[in-house]
Parts: sequence; structure tokens; C-alpha cells
Amino acid sequence: MSYVAHLVKSFTLWEFVKAHALTLKYFFKPKATINYPFEKNPLSPRFRGEHALRRYPNGEERCIACKLCEAICPAQAITIEAEPRDDGSRRTTRYDIDMTKCIYCGFCQEACPVDAIVEGPNFEFATETREELLYDKAKLLANGDKWERAIAANLAADAPYR
Amino acid sequence: MTEFFQSLGMSYEWAWGVATICGILLIALPLMLAVAMIIYADRKIWAAIALRRGPNVVGPFGLLQSFADGLKVFLQETIIPSSANRGLFLIAPIITFTVALMAWAVIPFNSGAVLADINVGLLYILAISSLGVYGVILSGWSSNSKYPFFSALRASAQMISYEVSIGFILIGVVLWADSFNLNEIVKAQQGHGLGFVNAFGFNLLLFPLAVMFLISALAETARAPFDLTEAESELVAGYQTEYSSMSFALFWLGEYANVLLMCTLNAVLFWGGWLPPVDWAPLYAVPGIIWLFAKILFFFFVFSWVKATVPRYRYDQLMRLGWKIFLPISLFWVFLISGYLMLTRYS
Repeated sequence: MSYVAHLVKSFTLWEFVKAHALTLKYFFKPKATINYPFEKNPLSPRFRGEHALRRYPNGEERCIACKLCEAICPAQAITIEAEPRDDGSRRTTRYDIDMTKCIYCGFCQEACPVDAIVEGPNFEFATETREELLYDKAKLLANGDKWERAIAANLAADAPYR
Repeated sequence: MTEFFQSLGMSYEWAWGVATICGILLIALPLMLAVAMIIYADRKIWAAIALRRGPNVVGPFGLLQSFADGLKVFLQETIIPSSANRGLFLIAPIITFTVALMAWAVIPFNSGAVLADINVGLLYILAISSLGVYGVILSGWSSNSKYPFFSALRASAQMISYEVSIGFILIGVVLWADSFNLNEIVKAQQGHGLGFVNAFGFNLLLFPLAVMFLISALAETARAPFDLTEAESELVAGYQTEYSSMSFALFWLGEYANVLLMCTLNAVLFWGGWLPPVDWAPLYAVPGIIWLFAKILFFFFVFSWVKATVPRYRYDQLMRLGWKIFLPISLFWVFLISGYLMLTRYS
């Protein structure tokens, strides 16, 4: 009996018919994906995107060249060189992040005692050449200026949990 | 059309030549356009079933996506592998593309609207679609690379296997229509099912053939679930692996032109071609070409639907289906149909 049932089932392509009914149902369902470049998903304030070096409101850069981020970076993507500035304060002369090495773990922003290096909400920084992903201090500070408002808002939103 | 050019003062030979070239362009150019749109439709249908959006950025609703892809491919460099057999490597995509276009010569788009109204149209189509395998074999062999070679081996075995059963299936249709001419086959379907449906498919004896032809057509054009020749999880891209630029585009165009041809054959052989679905006078007011296009589009939707639904067959399952199931059944069906016709029509 089961042999006959199997035979009838396979010759009427029953399972194929059922599968196609199912996929036709899905054909008319609403889409599960968003219309990406025009629509974007909400991001958590903790989102770890492109790096930025922040400044104080008076324009002074926050980084004091303690090199904690360089030390903790598991991918060794950060390179810092520092010298005392003319006014005697300790500042970086070089702050490079190799974005091709970075694994976006967020340890650098956790290590930073002055909230200078942060990972901002920007994740759309694809480039056409590899060299453009080797960020230097100027690029990071420019990022900080560009994203300061979003970064500050995110830090404030996340502060109660830190 | 020949008369029209003769009336312009050409001799018969010149008028015939010009008229034929015009006919070829009238078929080939819209076909290329149709292929571009059908590639887009294929991606959209597949995406919709997977709950995705598909191409939607280039032009309104992404309608120009295929043209953007075509332009991109056109601007690329043609790379010929240093160990490839140059001549064959370049000729293979041309064969695939040309052969895919050639078969359209005998397709009736409306009553009598055929480029070449030959009385063995169906045999011509069988012959041409058998030639199609050369493009695949040559590309696989001349690439001198292992994945294309595997793909070519598979493709040749697959296409030959399913051509056998397609041949027997077509014999059933030919017996019933009493003609090899596609136009005559379409005409024979008028009022065939229950006296008012214009389709062989509504004949209980021919319906199984229609289903088998649809499945064999999937195998013949190497569409999913029979896309073993370009099984991307096993063979990178199959016989197209080493191709780039226009030679790659020619494979694509040829492949989809073949898919369209198989959809058209389904419509013409089993579902009434350019006849309206029901034998009812007001429906004949709509031009036959529109009915044919509607049927082609429906079958193309079925092709995409199947592609989005079923997983790929294993190679031995493919061969088993071809030789141990389709071949005996279609052979038996030839016997059944000819016996039935001997009893009813010719006794």
C-alpha cells in the first residue's frame, strides 16, 4: 500500500506541487528586507563604527597620548608617537589607525580615560583604494568634528550603563 | 513583405533578401530586448520568493538593471587564459548565442507570421537545440581549466539524455497534430480540449507529455533544479568560469534566449501558441502575438518559480530521471498515442 502511495505521490509530483504552492504564498508576502540606501535600520548608541578623535568644546584635542588604546588593541592597528608640545602639554604627533587591521572590538574607546578615541555611528566609509583606509591623525580629527553631535548624543545615552 | 519590396522596384531575389533580413532583425532585436527584461524579471521573481527586493535602483523599479550590467560587461577587458585554445575559446560563446537565435526562425508569432515556414519546423528546432551543446562543450574544453571541463562533461551528458525524451514527447504531439510544421500544430489545437479550449494540454493523453516537456525543457536549458553545468557551489560558474566581458555576455544572452525559446515551445506545442486560450470569437479580436507573449511570460514565470523553489538535483538523480523514468514513459506514450490514433482516427 505504501509503495502504491509513494508511486502515486511521485508520479503526480505531489511534493513539488505543495512546495510551489508554498513559494507562491511567499511571493505575495511583504518583503523582509529594507530598501537599504534609502531606508536604514536604527542603530544602538553602542554601535561600533568608524573611529573618530574628539576635541573639547574649546577646540583642544582630548587625546593625551597615554597610549592605552595602542597597548590594548588586539589587532595592533593603532600607532602613536608623542612629544611634549611647546606649551608643555603632552600630545600626539602621530595617531594612525589601520582600518584594514581593525576588528571593531571597541577596546580602544573603553581604554581611553578622556573619551578621545571613540567608534562613531558611521559604517559607510568604503573607499576605492586600500591606502585611503590607513587613517592618520588629521583624518580622525576631521571625523571627530564631523560626527561630534551624534557621538556626544550616543555617549550621553549610554552613560548610565557604564 | 517580399511583395512590398518588389513594389519598390526591386527584382524578386533582392526583394526576398531584403525582406528576410528585415524579418531577422524584427525577431532578433526585440528578442535581445526581451532577454534583457527577462533577466531582470528572473531576478525580481527570485527575490520576491526569497522575501527580498531584487534590483530596484537603476531606473524606475530597477527596470534598466540589465542594461547597466550589459554596459559594465561591455566595458570590461576580454581575458583569454594563456593556456586556452584561443580559436575555440572565442568561437564557443558565438556558437551558443547564434544557435539560440537560429531556432526562432520557425516559431509562429501569429497565424502565418513565421520567418521560415518550413514543413519540418519541429525537426529543425530539435537539430538546432542539439547544436547548442557544442558551445558548452567547446567552451569547457578550450578553457583548459578543470571546472569548465567538468561542467562541459556534465552538460554534454545532460543535454543529450534529455533530448532523447524530448524527441519522443514531440513525436506524441506530431502524431496528434499530423504535422511537423509549428503553424499547423498550433492550428490543430483549435477547440481541441472539450471542444472549446485551444490547447493540447487539456487532452488527457497529452497532458502528461506537457508536464514532461516542461521538466525536460528545464533540463535542456540547464535551469534549476538541473543547473549542474553551472553549479556555483561545486564548479564556480561551470563552463563560463574563464570567460569575461562580451564573451561572457554572449553566453548569458544565449542562455536566456534558449530559456525563452523553451517557454515559447511549451506555449506553441501544448497550450495553443498564438490562439486565445478559449475558442470564443471575441477573444480572436486580440492579436495572436499578444496571446503568445502572455503564454511565454506565464511559462517564464513558472521557470523562475521552479528555480526559486527546488534544490539542485544530484548528478546521478538527473541521469536516473532522464534514462530510467522519462525515456521509458515517453516511449510508452508514443506507443499509447499512436495506438489510440490508429483505433480512432485511422481505422
